[in-house]
Amino acid sequence: MKKTMNIQPFPMESEPCCCSAAAHTPDSYERPGYALCSFVENFESTAVGMIPHVKTYLERSDHIGTILTRADIGRSRYKISAGLYCVGKPDSQSPVLVTANYKLTFDMLRKELQEISAWILVLDTRGINVWCAAGKGTFSSEEVCRQVKSSGIATLVSHRELILPQLSATGVSAIKVKKDCGFKVIWGPVYTKDIRRFLDAGMTAEPLMRQVTFSLAERLVLIPVEIVLLRKYLGWLVPAIFILSGISPNIFSISMAWSKGLIALVALLAGILAGAVMTPALLPWIPGLAFSVKGTLTGLFFGIWVMAESWRNVGGVGALALLVFTTAISSYLAMNFTGSTPFTSPSGVEKEMRKAMPFQAGVVIFALILWIISGFVR
Amino acid sequence: MKDFRYLPDVSTLKLDEMACIGCGICEMLCPHAVFEIRDRKARIVDADGCMECGACANNCPSSAISVTPGVGCATYIIQSWIKGKENASCGCDCC
Repeated sequence: MKKTMNIQPFPMESEPCCCSAAAHTPDSYERPGYALCSFVENFESTAVGMIPHVKTYLERSDHIGTILTRADIGRSRYKISAGLYCVGKPDSQSPVLVTANYKLTFDMLRKELQEISAWILVLDTRGINVWCAAGKGTFSSEEVCRQVKSSGIATLVSHRELILPQLSATGVSAIKVKKDCGFKVIWGPVYTKDIRRFLDAGMTAEPLMRQVTFSLAERLVLIPVEIVLLRKYLGWLVPAIFILSGISPNIFSISMAWSKGLIALVALLAGILAGAVMTPALLPWIPGLAFSVKGTLTGLFFGIWVMAESWRNVGGVGALALLVFTTAISSYLAMNFTGSTPFTSPSGVEKEMRKAMPFQAGVVIFALILWIISGFVR
Repeated sequence: MKDFRYLPDVSTLKLDEMACIGCGICEMLCPHAVFEIRDRKARIVDADGCMECGACANNCPSSAISVTPGVGCATYIIQSWIKGKENASCGCDCC
């Protein structure tokens, strides 16, 4: 390849390698110090400046981001800049859809907007989804009005309506928004998958679009985060298990710490499997209303297996200790899952915890005592 | 969601039927169909379905609804016991 003698910033070769073709490749929008978001197709020139025009389909990088986020990798940083975006060919009549700046939320919305022309007003919810942000107060009336004013949307549309996701009603008061920025709030459906039908039906939602669901698939995607969040417990729980397992007639036995410790570790994993995997997955089919009760049942199921398998190695007392331990872990973790469901009330969770936690703590201490005794009675 | 039930008789949801103007906002916003408009007044038809999210009370034009809203999350509640309600968080960046 010969270099031509010119002072152009880019080589002007004839190969279709780059640059030469168009002013409308995404690259041409890049600016020093900025990176172009991969979900931006191009920019719409408007009365209030350049508005990013976003893709209505997801690409590999979006899917990879979703998977990592679901595994709690970079979840708290998975956000986009708040402000105004658009899809299709929006004009002064186009609807304004308001959403959160959690990238997962934004992706779910934009992929439903194929062939729809709309403005998308993204709020700064600190990268948190609509419902949780509304509960926390970042998806609020004040934030809606702040973004309405700073985006200049009022000069782009002739109407005065905003479509908000229904679940943001926990944080947003339509009356306040109307009073503070003059826009009328239209409550959209709960799920982005219904947004097209909602718009087609003249911005009305069928009753079913207004209800939350908690299907098997919706529960399963939550499980990885439940497990990854356990690392804060495992850091001290695992060493503690090995140390307790080593207590013996000779004060401490390293070989026993190892052999009994590994078996106790299996019991811990069984408890995690029962409480943080089986309970969420089988939630509606496990008897009981309180989650700690559901977790106790799945815990017993796995605990009996642990007991049967370990009896030969740790004796009856030890095996009983493991049954009790597995059950307690499962019960506690199942109770923790309340925070991930869309139907448990805080009053209910508090009531359950006040009853269940002393019991769970007592049971763990009982398991602990049995486990130590088992080191002496073999 | 009728197939998912949680503890009964715990919700702090209260409706003042005298103050209610029957606008139907609560019926529309409740994600669990707790309300129904009958005879131009809202009625609580499924109090045990309430998860205390507060959407209804937050948007009731006549302040006829009261509920102590909050997050039904065990980690959050443990933290609120230890650190107080203002400093509590789920520790999961989620809610």
